[in-house]
Amino acid sequence: MINRSLLRQALPFLSLAVVLAATFYVQPRTMSYFGLNLMLQYAVPIALATIAQMFIITVNDLDLSIGPFVGLVGCVSATLLYNDPFLGVLALLALIACYGAVGALIHLRNLPSIVVTLGLSFVWLGIAVLILPSPGGKAPDWLKAIMSFQFPYVPFPIVAAVVIGLVVHVALMNSSFGVIARGAGGNPKALARAGWSLLWTKVSMYLLAGFFGVLSGLSLLGLTTSADAHVADRYTLYSIAGVILGGGEFVGGRVSPLGAVVGALTLALAGSFLIFLKISPDWQIGAQGAILIIVLALRAAVTYGEKRA
Amino acid sequence: MTGTVIKLDGAEKSFGAVRALAGVDFSVRPGECVGLVGHNGAGKSTLMNILAGTLQRSAGELSVGGRNIEGTWTASRAQGDGVRCVFQELSLCPNLSVAENVRITHGAIRGMGWKSRAGALIAAKLDEIFPGHGIRPDDEISDLPIGKRQMAEIARAFTVTTEPLRLVILDEPTSSLDAVTAQQLLAFVRQETGRGTSIILISHLLGEILAASDRIVVMKDGKVVAEKPAREFTRDSLVAAMGSEVRHSKTATAKTGKSEAGMAVRVTTAGAIALEARKGEVIGLAGLAGHGQTRMLLQIYGRKNAEVKGAVAFVAGDRQSDGVFNIWSIGHNMSVRSVAALRRLGLIDVKAEQNLQGEWRKRMAIRTDDVNNNILTLSGGNQQKALFARALASDATIILMDDPMRGVDIGTKQEVYDMIRSEAAAGRTFIWYTTEFDELDHCDRTYVFRNQGIVAALDRSELSEERVLQASFAEAVA
Repeated sequence: MINRSLLRQALPFLSLAVVLAATFYVQPRTMSYFGLNLMLQYAVPIALATIAQMFIITVNDLDLSIGPFVGLVGCVSATLLYNDPFLGVLALLALIACYGAVGALIHLRNLPSIVVTLGLSFVWLGIAVLILPSPGGKAPDWLKAIMSFQFPYVPFPIVAAVVIGLVVHVALMNSSFGVIARGAGGNPKALARAGWSLLWTKVSMYLLAGFFGVLSGLSLLGLTTSADAHVADRYTLYSIAGVILGGGEFVGGRVSPLGAVVGALTLALAGSFLIFLKISPDWQIGAQGAILIIVLALRAAVTYGEKRA
Repeated sequence: MTGTVIKLDGAEKSFGAVRALAGVDFSVRPGECVGLVGHNGAGKSTLMNILAGTLQRSAGELSVGGRNIEGTWTASRAQGDGVRCVFQELSLCPNLSVAENVRITHGAIRGMGWKSRAGALIAAKLDEIFPGHGIRPDDEISDLPIGKRQMAEIARAFTVTTEPLRLVILDEPTSSLDAVTAQQLLAFVRQETGRGTSIILISHLLGEILAASDRIVVMKDGKVVAEKPAREFTRDSLVAAMGSEVRHSKTATAKTGKSEAGMAVRVTTAGAIALEARKGEVIGLAGLAGHGQTRMLLQIYGRKNAEVKGAVAFVAGDRQSDGVFNIWSIGHNMSVRSVAALRRLGLIDVKAEQNLQGEWRKRMAIRTDDVNNNILTLSGGNQQKALFARALASDATIILMDDPMRGVDIGTKQEVYDMIRSEAAAGRTFIWYTTEFDELDHCDRTYVFRNQGIVAALDRSELSEERVLQASFAEAVA
């Protein structure tokens, strides 16, 4: 009999394989270095945003501001970072610090993260529009160079995704610090009883989320080469969907960094796949939602069977 | 062996108006196993939490290893000084593996190869305490049955890295263990105290306490009421020590006109004794907290494997989490159970609703000048009255009460008792889980629960605190 627990862990990878196979079937020409590069290039910023979201979900919170935050990072980088690298770096660090402060606020005042981050999403968007009222600005050249880097044999986005996934996997799943972070999601009371500070755990996870949000914004700017406040609005839902597709759960500290990256790749590919199917853009979000529901229904079925077994 | 591992002098702790600890002197010597017993609300858990640093005492001196503790005694200080605690509700992270949970209590387990070190540590300790345990260090906690989780947590408390191990507090450690593993644990306790580690053992199984402890401390109402070497106690003298000295005179309310009318509730799935409640009866559910009383109420409410004749209403005990609607008015909190009956043409008949609210404010004597005020403007006792009004104003003939008098002042209690009596006389059935002995005097019959089942049924004439205690603490095989 198939091991159901293994099946559940393999599900994100299987979903990716199915979507990839379907894409190759519909459009065989994508089965090439160039095709994959083109299809997956936007997967890198999505994967980074998904990792950011995953850190927040690890401690049982949800970040509804990551999309506009990524957009804001793009706007700051296309203006401030381009004109004055020192000030630009300072501004980006300040943005990460803001994330940490929000984490502290949410923990100390025991606020629902959804409400706080939903409010913040408008703040980020507002600042971004103030900085860059209409699309424009320029990406720093080094950023463009990184993002258009041609890796031999394997397309860059795939290499980047694997590296991101592995690094975060080791940090969160295998390090002794990662255990504390996941424990804070699994049983905060037990963690406090063992003498750990829940405040610092939460703040560190928010800081990490801010850091990966900045990386996401930078990588997106490197691809688009000019910024737009609204460019990443959809990332909020993409990132949540990516974490969940990748086998994570909303509460209980159950997350999987590799799964989250795979989830992000699946979502990015699903977009291309639907374009190849010539589904009108009006229906695409709905179709993506349908894919999400199918995968989650499969997982629920597997988990249900596992509990009964 | 001289000196003390930990010592409390005149420890006090209050939660609002409730005094959980009223001046407790308590000490543990090195290599000693102290048994701690007492009935619900005696203050055992509070005492334990104060020792473990998870609660702060309101007054009193604490010294650890002979040193007086200044400032706050936190969980991490306790950890550093070698005080460990196995809490009754388990303190493992369900999403982590056994080895990862070991890492959480040991700051020193870090760096390269930490996972295998943590795994080896816990595996060795599990082998020592529970030979043949069948737990692998990389098993995820949520995949383990409850008994194995408890074994893992107990073993974790005895693992040592850089911090010393001086005192382990075990709160009902055998509650989920089978007889064999429980014996293994008790044998290990003797062995570990021989090595100089002190242990505080809390258990409702008096046989365990008598067998494993050197000294037994009996608590009641936030005080230590008896303290003697274990060999000077017997089961009966322990039970007697937990009870109160003064015999309560029975409330002089003979059952007025006990109607011979039929059965209202009958449940036969809780052990050998069936729970039966007739119309007009007040039925008490007693025993230690968490032994199946609330589950029984929910079973009746959900009509699962229970014969229930008539509409049912539930009075919650935990007002904050299951009782009041925080942002609603007093009136709406009272009428919410009855909105179905107050409908006219599919909408709520506002006039009838207001009448109901006004009537029950008067009948329950809820102290407010306007039922449209927010529920939180009331004191705790009056909030509870509003919850009673919610149940009594409804069409329910069976009222389930889940220890509803927690933290309610004595005056309010008397008013509610009178109300229950008159409503029962009018034909309503009350099933009343209570942790207070005195309240059982109001019941026609009391069922005592242990380990999710009914172990005794006591009519009012047979009811005594001693008998309830005997039944609550009885061993599986007498």
